[in-house]
Amino acid sequence: MTETHPAAVVLSARELVAGYGTFTALSGVSLELRAGELLAIVGPNGAGKSTLLRLLAGTMQPWRGAVELRGRAIASYERRELARNIATVAQENSVAFGFTVLEVVLMGRAPHLGPFHLESARDLEIACEALDRFDLLGFAERRIQELSGGERKRVFLARALAQEPAIALLDEPTAFLDLRHIAEIFDRMRELCARRQMAVAATLHDLNVAAQWSDRVILLKHGHLAAAGRPEEVLTADNLRAVYETDLYVGRNPATGAVAVLPAPSR
Amino acid sequence: MNAVKLSAGGPLPEAPAPVPALKDLTRAHLTRRRVAATLAILTAATAVILIAGCAAGSVHISLMRAVTDAASPDHAILFVARMPRVMLGAIVGGMLAVVGAALQALVRNPLAEGGILGISGGGALGAVVALIVTWRWAASAELVPLCAFLAALGSTVLVYRLAELRGQLEPFTLLLMGVILNAFWSAAIMLVNSVVNFYFMHSIVFWLMGSLESPSWREVVLVGSLGLAGLMVLLGGARDMNLLSLGDEAAAELGVDVGRLRRTIFIATSVMVGAAVSVSGIIAFVGLIVPHVLRLTLGSDHRLLIPASMLGGAAFLVLSDLAARTVIAPAEIPVGAITALCGGPFFVYMLRREGRKAIPL
Repeated sequence: MTETHPAAVVLSARELVAGYGTFTALSGVSLELRAGELLAIVGPNGAGKSTLLRLLAGTMQPWRGAVELRGRAIASYERRELARNIATVAQENSVAFGFTVLEVVLMGRAPHLGPFHLESARDLEIACEALDRFDLLGFAERRIQELSGGERKRVFLARALAQEPAIALLDEPTAFLDLRHIAEIFDRMRELCARRQMAVAATLHDLNVAAQWSDRVILLKHGHLAAAGRPEEVLTADNLRAVYETDLYVGRNPATGAVAVLPAPSR
Repeated sequence: MNAVKLSAGGPLPEAPAPVPALKDLTRAHLTRRRVAATLAILTAATAVILIAGCAAGSVHISLMRAVTDAASPDHAILFVARMPRVMLGAIVGGMLAVVGAALQALVRNPLAEGGILGISGGGALGAVVALIVTWRWAASAELVPLCAFLAALGSTVLVYRLAELRGQLEPFTLLLMGVILNAFWSAAIMLVNSVVNFYFMHSIVFWLMGSLESPSWREVVLVGSLGLAGLMVLLGGARDMNLLSLGDEAAAELGVDVGRLRRTIFIATSVMVGAAVSVSGIIAFVGLIVPHVLRLTLGSDHRLLIPASMLGGAAFLVLSDLAARTVIAPAEIPVGAITALCGGPFFVYMLRREGRKAIPL
């Protein structure tokens, strides 16, 4: 969690400029994602976090700049090939029709299957392992709509895991989750980073989560890169006050030593 | 330290123990065995219904004599009148149900259907125009299904384009646009109908209500091959349809070429609706009821739902047609009226039942 990884760069973005219509959401952002690291993308609402994630996932094309997966332009990959490398969990996940939890997780195997193929015993094993990792085995037969928001979020994380990706891109994975599950999920993600050399990039609103679990943090403001580096380098009182435009208390978590940020209204 | 310890589950072993519940999960996802068993049962049930449809009717015939004695009137009734009609009913019913299932997957809404989205109406308008041209100028009979297909495709693309606002497709807007388009096509058909010789009046109106009356074997084979082609294409897209239920973006992230899938569904469903409409007019509710009931009983996986809809739709329409031609025999009720009469209340019941469970269909 502390050492800089000498591992290979799996995903890199160079001078990304992108937006919607005439609105520029992101301008001149570069970053590198290395195997086995957990990168937190933080910043206020509308800073361009989700846009950056979309660009990294290859589902959105930048106006300028380029994203490369293992040194090759992401646009040159076929969609299915991309899906075998990158798994994405969106901020909001809705499912039409009454699919079961297991069926949704098995959908993560789709990029690995040939046309007309049903999932094999091996696929089922992978899906069950992913469910197990997020404490969801007991939910396997339930319909996805019967689950709470937080449980559903975990199902989608499990689905991403079943994809067996080299890179996981998570948009606000902590939304809807209670404290216990936030901690559990990030512990699991860290394990996967360490064991499978999976690279994780997650947009986060909760700076404390970023400080506690990430290797590196990038801080965005109005589509610009405001700061990047280790959590304690980026999440400083000066940086955060400038970016969030509000008074904050920045200290240390007495239990873990990680940076801790609390709102501190001036009055 | 407490806060962290509270949640830390401890590291998991890299190779987790074999999942104990593996066997018990066969109900929670699609297995080869379940596909085979379900389709076998449905095929058998549909076959029984097809045979019953051939055996029963306004005139009593002996199947035995019909098969053994080629000169008997029973033979003529079975092979010239009933069997083509039953076959056509099966093909049209199957196609309508498959189209419903595919369109529902496309728009992620169980209320979508060829009729409701105005696709059947568009196809019908094309067919009516082609019918008049065929009668008046004795054009080739293949003009009708061709025009119906083109009009259905045009209608599909139109309803989709109209409902798409700022690149977003709201299912509700789509359904509303479909209803509007449907009313518009109906009005256009009425207009065409009034303008041309009122001699055609009876047959067009009756045909519009949905009828499987007296098809030729040629028609059966033509429509059957179109239906089979459409089914194969949609079966190939069935797994992508599952992924589409997660949303366009999530489907794309799982490797689906969403644009291509959408075009595939557009074309395949338009071919099938065009073929169905050109031989049998507008038969409502089959595409709504059949996939809905099957989804409730078999689950939502389109790899089973699509072929099961084919069989279920076939059985449903053949049964409805049997009722249409026997209830007030020797007179006939349009089969479309039968499907709407039993489909409407049934659908309301299903909708309310589902609503109480508070689970999206």
